Amino acid sequence: MQCEICKTRTATVHLTEIVDGQRTESHLCQSCAQKEGITIKSQLSLNELLSSLIAAHQQTDEQLTDEGRTSCPVCGMTMEMFRKNALLGCPNDYEVFGKSLGQIIEKAHDGNLTHKGKIPAGATPPVLCSDAAKEEPVLRSNAAKEEEKIKTENEIETLKKQLEKAVRDEDYELAAKLRDRLKALQ
Amino acid sequence: MRLNELSSKLSQWFSPQAPLSDIVISSRIRLARNLSGHKFISRCNDEQKQQILQILKETILSLSELGDIFFIDIAHGSSLERDLLVERQLISRNLAAGKGPRGVVIAKNELFAAQINEEDHLRLGVLAAGLNLDKCWQRINDIDDAIGRKIEYAFSPKLGFLTACPTNLGTGIRVSVMLHLPGLKMTDQLKKLFEAAKDMNLAVRGLFGEGTEAVGDFFQVSNQVTLGISEEKTVEEFMAVIIPKIVEYERLARDRLLVKDSNILDDRISRALAVLKSARLISSHEAMFLLSNLRMGINMGRVKEISIDTINELFLLTQPAHLQINKGQNLDAEQRDILRAETLRAKLN
Repeated sequence: MQCEICKTRTATVHLTEIVDGQRTESHLCQSCAQKEGITIKSQLSLNELLSSLIAAHQQTDEQLTDEGRTSCPVCGMTMEMFRKNALLGCPNDYEVFGKSLGQIIEKAHDGNLTHKGKIPAGATPPVLCSDAAKEEPVLRSNAAKEEEKIKTENEIETLKKQLEKAVRDEDYELAAKLRDRLKALQ
Repeated sequence: MRLNELSSKLSQWFSPQAPLSDIVISSRIRLARNLSGHKFISRCNDEQKQQILQILKETILSLSELGDIFFIDIAHGSSLERDLLVERQLISRNLAAGKGPRGVVIAKNELFAAQINEEDHLRLGVLAAGLNLDKCWQRINDIDDAIGRKIEYAFSPKLGFLTACPTNLGTGIRVSVMLHLPGLKMTDQLKKLFEAAKDMNLAVRGLFGEGTEAVGDFFQVSNQVTLGISEEKTVEEFMAVIIPKIVEYERLARDRLLVKDSNILDDRISRALAVLKSARLISSHEAMFLLSNLRMGINMGRVKEISIDTINELFLLTQPAHLQINKGQNLDAEQRDILRAETLRAKLN
């Protein structure tokens, strides 16, 4: 949501006023709110956290890199647009702006960069493979190899869980598929 | 199903027979999901939103395991209906205030709601009364699996479920627990809670109020980290550590009040009861504040003649959209204040 006054920064201050029983709402950014004389109690909101993270990166490294000048071929999103409302345009943005988003993601998630947890019930092996195949094919750095390793370990872990569940649910067709996929990975 | 069927009764998640329900009002888990091969909502035109709405609506309505469910078109509903759903916590303010095709599939028992075209294509939500996150997780996980078998979610093995906002990336899980903390408020310890929560990467916000305002000492505690920590682990932290700790502090604060400041405590509770029983005009804000004090009084055994059920019911019935839908007409602020006072007097005297 954009600030109602400056129309550029993200609104992080949401004010509800009740005057003569009439409720009005205003959505302002931190600096416009301060100009309006609204003091803000310390409050932990996600938006606030995120905008401050985004602001920290604003006009620094990412503008110097290609990502700062790129727009997503699928949805037309740019990093500048992302800074305005902290929302991405499509799943592909995570690849296009991987570097700039990586720093934001790391800060928002307590230093974590890799998913741990469930994978979609319907995700069949080809979906996982094609995603991995999209990764850069030549000249892999050590870091990338390491990342690949973590990814595989994660995948094995999640597949095992899914396999257990499939067996529990007596979905043997799915279980067989998962077992084959596990074998291939191990 | 008509909305006034909802508006006249108590939400099941507001039940006083649940674990720790004197302090923990309700548990809620939501999962943020998006369809693969579609743009996120902020970059969709109405036609694309309609397409997403159709896919998700049909998929969810076809799931037999969901029991008695129905769809509400939010784009074409009245603002009063939208407000009612917000007051009953079935949809977010964001969905209510959104633009373009959007809707929600709700279980008749109000313990499940799937918001379509909110910030993400799909926001699944499961609720339970009291501290009951294990049950919520089990239920929502099964529903998510059932949907995931029918449609393809936007997912990457490395980053997990891909969401419109990177803060939800990974599991897309938001575990929230609604707490009633008048003891910590009266003993001036809320700041400590906020600080501790910040250290633990938790968000605390006021409930029934908006933005930074917390009306009636209700707070919602929720996780913020969704990447690098599994759903089970997130739930476990809430069940085993976070919530029991807050409940313990609230109980200590209440015990301290009973020992040290019982006069102040009883005065506050008695005044709340007196005003609620006799006011002729009362704002939603004041009603909420006084009901909160009365609720504390009942839970601490200082008020015996009123049940927690009645109080919980009044929290919903005295809200603006509830008053108007139950009355069957639009009311201005003064008319609402009169009707609110009447409703309170009728239930409490």
